[in-house]
Parts: sequence; structure tokens; C-alpha cells
Amino acid sequence: MFDNEMKLEFISKSSNEAFARITVAAFASSLDPTIEELADIKTAVSEAVTNCIIHAYEGEEGIIKIKGRIIKNTIELEISDTGRGIENVEMARKPLYTTKANLERSGMGFTIMESFMDEVEIDSVLGLGTKIIMKKKIKKHLVNIEDEEFASIGGVG
Amino acid sequence: MNIRYEKEDKQLIVEITEEIDHHIAEKLRRKVDDEITRHMPRKTIFDFSRVTFMDSAGIGMIIGRYKMMRLIGGSLEITNISATVRRILEMSGINKIIPMEDKKEVG
Repeated sequence: MFDNEMKLEFISKSSNEAFARITVAAFASSLDPTIEELADIKTAVSEAVTNCIIHAYEGEEGIIKIKGRIIKNTIELEISDTGRGIENVEMARKPLYTTKANLERSGMGFTIMESFMDEVEIDSVLGLGTKIIMKKKIKKHLVNIEDEEFASIGGVG
Repeated sequence: MNIRYEKEDKQLIVEITEEIDHHIAEKLRRKVDDEITRHMPRKTIFDFSRVTFMDSAGIGMIIGRYKMMRLIGGSLEITNISATVRRILEMSGINKIIPMEDKKEVG
């Protein structure tokens, strides 16, 4: 399996939430994740991108960047904005904590990212922006017969 | 999204057909709130049989409608929840206050 890399850049429109998670899911599919693992990644991306739109840019137009990397069987995603930054990262990580209850935000964004991904790193500077780095290892599944046959043919030649 | 009001039972049935994220949740809440205000149902039922994706925006949307139904003396129920959606609902704990029914496996 080859390592892989991609970059994605789009404006902070809420209709791009679906675009972002579907694109990342397509990128991740080379790791052959289960439906559940793929749902985990899609949900985490959706949370991070929504945060950029609602919190970082507060409905104003800005640029959201996603860098994706596949190294062996781990997917690494870096989602960044140049918005207002997070005042208190520790509070933001707490379940049910939200600064936007008026917008019916549940305060579960980071909790979901953390439970669906193996690692979540938050790097935020007030007034400059936020970068979220998330990693998830995709478990190896049973190799199917065709692959093994193909491997043995390759071995002979 | 398909919404219908059953007059006899005073039930508002909301069948959600989209992936529920922040973008869709805003649309859902406007539409559902309009219908609730119009009919003042005794019960609102969210039918999740066609929901394949939901993130935390769905939690906020559900809690908002739950509060609204309580306010008018009614209740809220969610039916046909898939395993992936259930995980998110359980994480927030709202499964403890809102009656939920899982999707029946076909076959």
C-alpha cells in the first residue's frame, strides 16, 4: 500500500460540510475501512468543519483548509482556519460546553471528535486561527482470497 | 424531509430524508417549528429510517424540538434509529430523556 496525501480548500459555507466529509471519506477509502470506521471519520470531519464555520468565522466568509495524509494504515487530518481562535481550549473540549447555545449547539463537537478518532490535537491562537490534527488507525481486516492469489502469482513471477 | 400531521391522533410525523449536519439542521428546525406552531400537536415523531448520517448538530436540533414540545405540553419521540446514529445520541445522554426506538433489521 502506498502512502498518500491531499489538500482541500473551500469557503466557510455550511453546504460545504457535506462536501468536506464526503471528500475525506473518499480519500480514506483506500485504507479499506469498515462502514463504522468511515462513519467515525466523516462525523469527526463534519464536527471540525462546522466549528470553523460557526465559531472561527462566525458566519462570515473565510477559508477552511484540510490536509490529509495516509501513512501505512493511519489517516491523519489537519483541519485549519484563520478565524478568531478558541479562548479556552480546555473548556471547549468538555462535553456539553458551548458558547453558542443560542444556535442550538450541543457542545458535543470535540467529545465526538475525541471518541471517534484515536488522537485529537487542538492548536489555537486567539485572533489567528485554529488547527485541529486528528489521527485514526484503520484496523487490518481479513485479506480476501483474490488478494492472496494475486500475491502468490506475483511471487512466482 | 416529509412532514405530515395526523389530525385524529394530533401527531406530527417528521420523516427526515437528509444527512443531519449543521447545514440541514437549520433548515429542519425552521420547518418543524413552523409546523409545530401551526398544529400544536400532542406528539411529534421524528422518523429516522432514512437518516444515514448525523453529527452533533442533530443533538442540538432534537433537544430544541424536545423543549418546544414540552413547552406546549406535548412530547417527542424518535423512531427507526440506526446503530451509527444511536452512538451519537447516547454520547449526549438524550436517550435518557427522549423515547427512542431502534430500526428493525430487515430479514
